[in-house]
Amino acid sequence: MILYLGRRLVGVAGILLAICAITFTIFYLLPNDPAAAACGKTCSPERLADVKAAMGLDKSVWQQFADYLTGIFAGRDYGTGPSAVHCGFPCLGYSYEYSLPVWDLLTDRLPVSISLAIGSAVLWLLLGLGAGVTSALRKGGFTDRTLMVLSVGAASLPVYFTSIMLIWGVVRTAGWLPYPAYHAFTEDPVEWASNLLLPWIALALLYAAMYARQSRNSMIEAMAEPYIRTARAKGLPPRTVTVKHGLRSAMTPILTIFGMDLGGLLAGAVITESIFGLPGVGRLFYDGLARSDQPVILGVTLLAAFFIVVANLLVDLLYAFVDPRVRY
Amino acid sequence: MADAVAAGPAKAAGRGPWRLVWDQLWAKGSARFGLVTVAVLVLAAALAGPLSSLGGWSPEEFDKRAVDAYLGGTPKGDFGGISTRHWLGVEPTTGRDLFARVLHGGQVSLLIAFTATVVVVVTGTLAGIAAGYFGGRTDSVLSRLMDLTMSFPSLIFMIAMMSVAEDVNRILLITLVIGLFTWPGIARVVRGQTLSLKHREYVEAAKVGGARSWRILTREILPNVSGPVIAYTTLLIPGMIATEAALSYLGVGVRPPTSSWGQMIAESIKYYETDPTYFLIPTVFLFLAVLAFTLLGDALRDILDPRGGRS
Repeated sequence: MILYLGRRLVGVAGILLAICAITFTIFYLLPNDPAAAACGKTCSPERLADVKAAMGLDKSVWQQFADYLTGIFAGRDYGTGPSAVHCGFPCLGYSYEYSLPVWDLLTDRLPVSISLAIGSAVLWLLLGLGAGVTSALRKGGFTDRTLMVLSVGAASLPVYFTSIMLIWGVVRTAGWLPYPAYHAFTEDPVEWASNLLLPWIALALLYAAMYARQSRNSMIEAMAEPYIRTARAKGLPPRTVTVKHGLRSAMTPILTIFGMDLGGLLAGAVITESIFGLPGVGRLFYDGLARSDQPVILGVTLLAAFFIVVANLLVDLLYAFVDPRVRY
Repeated sequence: MADAVAAGPAKAAGRGPWRLVWDQLWAKGSARFGLVTVAVLVLAAALAGPLSSLGGWSPEEFDKRAVDAYLGGTPKGDFGGISTRHWLGVEPTTGRDLFARVLHGGQVSLLIAFTATVVVVVTGTLAGIAAGYFGGRTDSVLSRLMDLTMSFPSLIFMIAMMSVAEDVNRILLITLVIGLFTWPGIARVVRGQTLSLKHREYVEAAKVGGARSWRILTREILPNVSGPVIAYTTLLIPGMIATEAALSYLGVGVRPPTSSWGQMIAESIKYYETDPTYFLIPTVFLFLAVLAFTLLGDALRDILDPRGGRS
C-alpha cells in the first residue's frame, strides 16, 4: 500500500509537471503580449521594456519556466528595487490586473467553488443513485421506465437552460428565493445554503441524470452476479443483499466517474458560476479571459488540473475500501 | 465486415448482420424516435439553404417590418412573431428569420459535432488498437498519454485555447480542440476490446497462416471492435453537440456572422423574459438533437456491445 501510494504520488507529480509545461508553452507561444496589457494604452517603449523585465518576460522561455516552477515552491519577487512585489510560497504568478498574487485570488474564490461543487455533488449523488438503484430493482416496470425517460431528458438539457428556468421560475416569478449571492458558510449557514440552492439544483440535475443511468446499469449488472444468488440462498434479508452485496460492488464504476466529475467541477463550473453571478474560480477564469490576464488563466488551469489528478488518486485509494476485491 | 457475426445464425436467417441490427433498432420505440429525429435534423441541416429559401428568407436578411421599433425592437405578434411570413418567428431588433437561422445554425453545430467525432473515433481507434495489440512500450507510452490527456481540465483548457486563438478558421479550431481532449475515452474502450481479442483462436490462426500485423489488425481485429466503436461513436455525438454549444455559449466558439445553436442561445438569453420564443427555439433544437442521439446511441450499445445492456 505504502509502495503503491509512493508510486502514485510520483506519477501525480509527473502529470502536474507535464500539464504545467504544456500550459506554459501554449501561453508562451500565443501572440498576445501580457506586458503591453499590464502597461496600459499609453505606454512608451522604455516603460514597456521595464515592465517586461519586471515580469520576467525578457528572459528565454526555459528561464521563465524555471522561474515559474521555483516560484511555486520558494516564492519569488517580481521586479527590483522599491517597485518590487513579493509573491509568497505557492506563487502561481502575479496578476497585474488585480495587483495581487494569483494564489491569493484563488484562495479568495475557492470557498465559493468548493461550496458549489460539494453541495451539488451531494444532491446529485442522492438523486442519481436513488433513481438509478430504484430503477434497477424495478427493472422493466413503470417506475423504471418513468425514471429513465426523465433522466435521459434531463441529461439532454443544457445547464444554462436549467439555470435560466430556475432563476425565472423561482426567483423572478415566484420570488421564493433571492437572486443568488454568496454568503460564507462560517458566517451564516442558512443564508449560505438558501443562496446556493438554485445553482446546486441546476448543476446537480444534469449529473443526477447521468448518474441515474450509469448506476442503473451497474446495479443491474451487479445484481446478476453469482454471489448475489449465494447471498440470497443463505437467507440474508433482501435489504442486506441489495445494499451490502449489490450496491457496494455497483459503486466501483460510479466512484471512478464521480472522482473525475467532482475534480473537474471544483474549478470548472464556469457556466453555472457566470449565470448565477457567483464569484468562484470559474468566474475568475472567465473574467481573466476577457482581460487576457494570463497569470490568472494559467493559475486556474493548474489548480483545476491539480483537483482532477488528486481526485483520481483519492478514488483509486478508496477502491480498496469500497471493493474488497481490490488490493494494492 | 464482421465476418465472425455473419457466419452465425444471421446467415441462416438469410440476412446480413447490419440488417439484423436495423431490425432490432426499429423494433424499439425510443430508438425509432431517436432515429427519425436524427434523420429529420440532419436532413434539415444539410438542406438548410433550399429549405430556408422555401420559407422566403436567408439567415442574414433583416426584416424591420417584423419588429416593433417603439417596443425596443420586440417582434410584432404573439410567440416571437411566429406567422406565415416567419415560420419560427424573428430575432428581436434585427428581424432576422429564426427558421432560416436555426437551420443554418444547426448546420454548423452538427458539422462540428460530426467532424470532431470523426477525428476522435479515428485517432481513438488507431491509438487503442495499437496500444492493445502491440503492447509493451507502445502500450505504456500511449496509455500514459491517455492518462495525461484525461487529467487535463478539458473545458477550462478548451476555453483558454479557443479564446486566445485569433484569426483562424474557428470551425476547424473548435473541431480540433474538442478532438484533442476527447480521444482517450474511445481509445480505452478499443484497447480493452483489442486486448481480449488478440489471443482468440482466429487471430492465432491468422498469425500461423503468415498474416502480417497490418492484415491482422485490419481484417481480424478492426471488424470485431467495430460494434462497440459504433455504439460509442453515437454516444459521443451528443457530448460533442453540447460541448460546441457550451463553448459558443461562453462566446469562445463560433463567432457572428456564423451562427450555431449554442451561439443563438447565448444571444437569446438576454431576451428570455421579453421574448421567450426566441430563447426556446434554438434550445429546443439543441435539446432534441442531444436527446435523439443519446437514445439512438443507447439502443445501438444494447445491440452491438454485448456487455452494455443485456445483462
